[in-house]
Amino acid sequence: MSVRRVMGIETEFGITSTQLDRRGTPLSPMLLSAQVVRAYAAGSAAGDALPTSAGWDYADETPLRDARGFEMARALADRSQLTDVDDPAIANTVLSNGARFYVDHAHPEYSAPEVTSPLAAVRFDRAGELVALRALETLAADGQEVRLYKNNVDGKGASYGTHENYLVPRSVPFDRLARLLIPFLVARPVIAGAGRVGLGQASETPGFQLSQRADYLEAEVGLETTLRRPIVNTRDEPHATPHLHRRLHVIVGDATMADVTTYLAMGSLSLVLRVIETHPELLEGMTLAHPVRSAQVVSHDPSLRATVPLADGRELTGLDLVEAHLQAVEQARDQALASGDERWAEEPGQGSASTDTQTTSQAGTDGVLARWREVVDALRRDPAEAAGQVEWVAKHSLLGRFRQRAGVGWDDPRLAAMDIQWHDLDPARGLAQKLRAAGHLERLVEDEQITTAVTAPPEDTRAWFRGECVRRFGPQGDVRGASWDSVTLLDERRHARRVRIDEPTSGTRAQVGPVLARHTHTATLLGELASEDA
Amino acid sequence: MSQQQFDRRRDDAGGEAPEPEAPPAAPAAQTQERDAALDSLLDEIDGVLEKNASEFVHGFVQKGGQ
Repeated sequence: MSVRRVMGIETEFGITSTQLDRRGTPLSPMLLSAQVVRAYAAGSAAGDALPTSAGWDYADETPLRDARGFEMARALADRSQLTDVDDPAIANTVLSNGARFYVDHAHPEYSAPEVTSPLAAVRFDRAGELVALRALETLAADGQEVRLYKNNVDGKGASYGTHENYLVPRSVPFDRLARLLIPFLVARPVIAGAGRVGLGQASETPGFQLSQRADYLEAEVGLETTLRRPIVNTRDEPHATPHLHRRLHVIVGDATMADVTTYLAMGSLSLVLRVIETHPELLEGMTLAHPVRSAQVVSHDPSLRATVPLADGRELTGLDLVEAHLQAVEQARDQALASGDERWAEEPGQGSASTDTQTTSQAGTDGVLARWREVVDALRRDPAEAAGQVEWVAKHSLLGRFRQRAGVGWDDPRLAAMDIQWHDLDPARGLAQKLRAAGHLERLVEDEQITTAVTAPPEDTRAWFRGECVRRFGPQGDVRGASWDSVTLLDERRHARRVRIDEPTSGTRAQVGPVLARHTHTATLLGELASEDA
Repeated sequence: MSQQQFDRRRDDAGGEAPEPEAPPAAPAAQTQERDAALDSLLDEIDGVLEKNASEFVHGFVQKGGQ
């Protein structure tokens, strides 16, 4: 177990285009986003993606179920919360790497396949950038110019999400989970923020801050993701055996382009969750007096010296809080190893870890802890030291130097432009891409591994079965659709049958590889698998 | 976690915590080296930066998402 748990990242991309319709009006972002998703499916090789007419299966979506034990009445819900209704005008596809690529509200969204380590999360997150880029290349070949940005704000008040999901045992009481997680979510941008030019939802105050999302948080706990955004989201839609698991849906994080930043964001949070599961007492006493306001105080201070008040009267900086959580993790691990607690035992890397850069140790707890410690120590000495690892520091260094040379303030439009351009996915224009290529942002995954992850699913989760069905049976038109916990295949009478995979760690290569290898058609495969009428 | 390490004393009047010490400034040589690297990077990207920054920023409008 250790740092390993089922996790994944969903990214909504910002989108712009110069295209006009016949009346000379700019195309709507919904239409543009649908173009992007359809272009990927149209431009990819047979078996890389389902046709966008294939359905997403909404049977198990419950966006209004609240982890606090009730369900919101549909009539009271904002339309944006009804994510379980299929809109035929909206494009959706499932990829052979197990990801979902679709239009969410007014953005193309890449929902990465389920993985079991932060390093694999990085690899499949980067694969999503390539998926989006390939879609743009297909559109460009057709004379349509679209740009995609992996960021979370437009600086005019709009924010769109990068959501993380973590599988947590249902046995952990939700109120404990929320209470113990809030201080870390408030402080995490210190090591996991992407950086942002402008303070306030519409950048009304000039300045630089650590987090793209901090200014859009308005509540401590809640069900919404689009309005009155909470620090802890209560949507109870496990996409897994419900009495065993809960899916923690984290909506406060930034889209990140720096490998180490993505890795630390996922790794540190997974480890803090492990402490909540096994040694919650180690995290008591970090409760913040004003979590929402504190999220903004921490984010607005690149010097890392501003303090926030705790409920017990102490005043800590965001970096203090991050380090206190690191110490709690180290302590919990030491106690667990001494007592033989298997929830902290390292498992040998399976499938997806074996292809990781350098050693598989990066996929495990020690790798995350070593990196977390290294980054905290660097930030303590001099934040600028962490420019190769922490994205907000890299952005702050580059833009800060530009500002110094030009002798301008943070309100200079060139800095706001660079902030946006930082996140442009196009390697020819994107500043983060340029820094990556020039070796200024440390890489954890190689290009070749990323390319592989565009089409090959992780081997140690049910994403393997989902992706392999797309690859093997998609070209024959025998995959009707998929969801996180099911794949719908056609039987010999062309009737749709739903194969359910409630356990995220089943449907793996080890488990169903031999079964899939025996069949070239879904009709005979279904004879070996339990399925239900779809 | 060691409580002492993260204790910031507040004065008895319950006022603001004293301003923590600024971290030591990086040695001048290190700063110069860093700035030189950033300068060459800025020169490198100068050609791809949006020519009309105001217009570009003004035109970057998104619909809110999740």
